Amino acid sequence: MTAAADAPPTAALPKVRVDYLPMLLVPLLMLVALPLVGSVSTWVTLTVAALAMGMMIFLMASGLTLVFGLMDVLNFGHGVFISFGAYVSLIALGPLAGWVESDNLLLNIGVLLACILVAMLVTGGLGYAFERIVIRPVYGQHLKQILITMGGMIVAEQMIHVIWGASPIPLRLPEGLRGAIVIGDAAMEKYRVIAVVLGLTVFGIMHLVLNRTKIGLLIRAGVENAEMVEALGYRIRRLFVGVFVAGSALAGLGGVLWAFYRQTLTAGMGMEVNVLIFIVIIIGGLGSVGGCFIGALLVALVANYTGFLAPKLALGSSILLMVVILLWRPQGLYPVAKR
Amino acid sequence: MTDMLKLQGVHTHIGQYHILHGVDLAVPRGQLTMLLGRNGAGKTTTLRTIMGLWQASQGSVTFDGRDITKTPTPEIAQAGIAYVPENMGIFADLTVRENMILAARGGEIDAARLKWIFGLFPALEKFWSLAAGVLSGGQKQMLAIARAIVEPRELLLIDEPTKGLAPAIIMNMVQAFRELKSTGATILLVEQNFLAAKLLGDHVAVMDDGRVVHTGAMAELAEDTTLQQKLLGLSMDAHQ
Ligand SMILES: Nc1ncnc2c1ncn2[C@@H]1O[C@H](COP(=O)(O)OP(=O)(O)OP(=O)(O)O)[C@@H](O)[C@H]1O
Ligand SMILES: [Mg+2]
Repeated sequence: MTAAADAPPTAALPKVRVDYLPMLLVPLLMLVALPLVGSVSTWVTLTVAALAMGMMIFLMASGLTLVFGLMDVLNFGHGVFISFGAYVSLIALGPLAGWVESDNLLLNIGVLLACILVAMLVTGGLGYAFERIVIRPVYGQHLKQILITMGGMIVAEQMIHVIWGASPIPLRLPEGLRGAIVIGDAAMEKYRVIAVVLGLTVFGIMHLVLNRTKIGLLIRAGVENAEMVEALGYRIRRLFVGVFVAGSALAGLGGVLWAFYRQTLTAGMGMEVNVLIFIVIIIGGLGSVGGCFIGALLVALVANYTGFLAPKLALGSSILLMVVILLWRPQGLYPVAKR
Repeated sequence: MTDMLKLQGVHTHIGQYHILHGVDLAVPRGQLTMLLGRNGAGKTTTLRTIMGLWQASQGSVTFDGRDITKTPTPEIAQAGIAYVPENMGIFADLTVRENMILAARGGEIDAARLKWIFGLFPALEKFWSLAAGVLSGGQKQMLAIARAIVEPRELLLIDEPTKGLAPAIIMNMVQAFRELKSTGATILLVEQNFLAAKLLGDHVAVMDDGRVVHTGAMAELAEDTTLQQKLLGLSMDAHQ
């Protein structure tokens, strides 16, 4: 006889609780802002701008949250990949300059995709090198990680100065992506809509990979308990390198989108968003990709609405948001169960 | 009878603390060896050292004739040692199914094997697609053990599987281990519950203060209450 006979036959299935509250914050915030902003068209413009910004921040931050979750690595140099991603898109823009000004929309989109491809390849490779040279010697030592990754960031910024010069470089959006779509009196900039679509697509792909593939399972398991993943026979270091490279490439993608959004390249752009990215992953819950996504949207919405309603508060709004969220959930929106 | 696992003079440091002071231990093939000892005797540290989760600073660990003292944990696992840690090591955000899939090397679970596991632990079938985090303590323990036996492994290291469980569930566990034993599995089992230990053990090794202080047949120790008293003191709950 086996243990079967002793199990209580009618025990009810425990309820699966999907935690919807944090997800509801996003539409809730939008609704609250509507009467405050007053005009529907302004609200639409602000909201679309915020969603675009949120998607870009998400792309830049998603790798970082996994890198922390998986190996407890604090990489303050993540901004490197953002700046580099943005600058190396110049490599594609040089030969394809004609496509930028072309009135063929497909060529316009093609040049954007070419920039993204080049940026992701280069920043992915850079991430591989960065992990070997900068991160690997300081596994498990937080203070050293902070110091050395910040150092790495400063070196990278200087390298950008050396390669591309110290002054800001203007960046022109491809012809067909300029301007706005007007519906009624609400104007939505085309490029922002594209950024939203791209961001959603990448989020969808990440979601599928994390939930439907064995690699994804291993990453989620590793974020919870890396040691157990090793005890099951998998090399967590290898997984970590893969995640680091992918996260760097995503930051590069975010960098390209961000640069076209601002239509300028500056060596310090990565460093500038660095703080914002850390706020986002703390709000989301360190190690949680879903939390990072919602955190990015919240930060961007709050920044855009306060920028319009109370410009003086705009700078501090993200920090205020973080404080409020942490008071509610000290581990972030979606705390990752740690052993 | 050959030894599947052998520890010789193993010392382990955790940080600056010297925890294991020369552990000698042999686990014979196809048998269940109980590892007993008071709280803090070094049982968990011994299992973690075998698994490569702590590095032995001296001495050697041999598995199937192969020196694995310095082998990285994933390779030790791949060589055929499955480990059920004291805290169970369940991935709470993953479903029961996903937990099991990760434990199966090829990513696919043999259907007949799964049926057998469901026979041992029916709760797992019921909660198959739920997040493992919602399981009760006993069910989590069952999942942890199921993960270790999802494919046949050479050696199972299991750390206090009955800890904190209700007596009825402990008896379930004992049944499951009996069945596991009947398949010829080699097991090194840490146990604080002496009754369970008595029912299951072929051999016994008792640890104290970072050393193995007694080895022998389980049946012998089960009969000798003075020896029990001497080796295990009052921390052992003989009448649970
Ligand atoms: N991470 C650690 N850092 C410092 N000391 C530790 C650590 N882990 C265990 N120890 C110490 O090592 C000794 C042996 O611990 P171990 O967990 O191996 O004992 P155990 O026999 O498994 O005890 P228990 O029955 O309570 O599980 C104890 O004195 C413990 O305090
Ligand atoms: Mg222990």
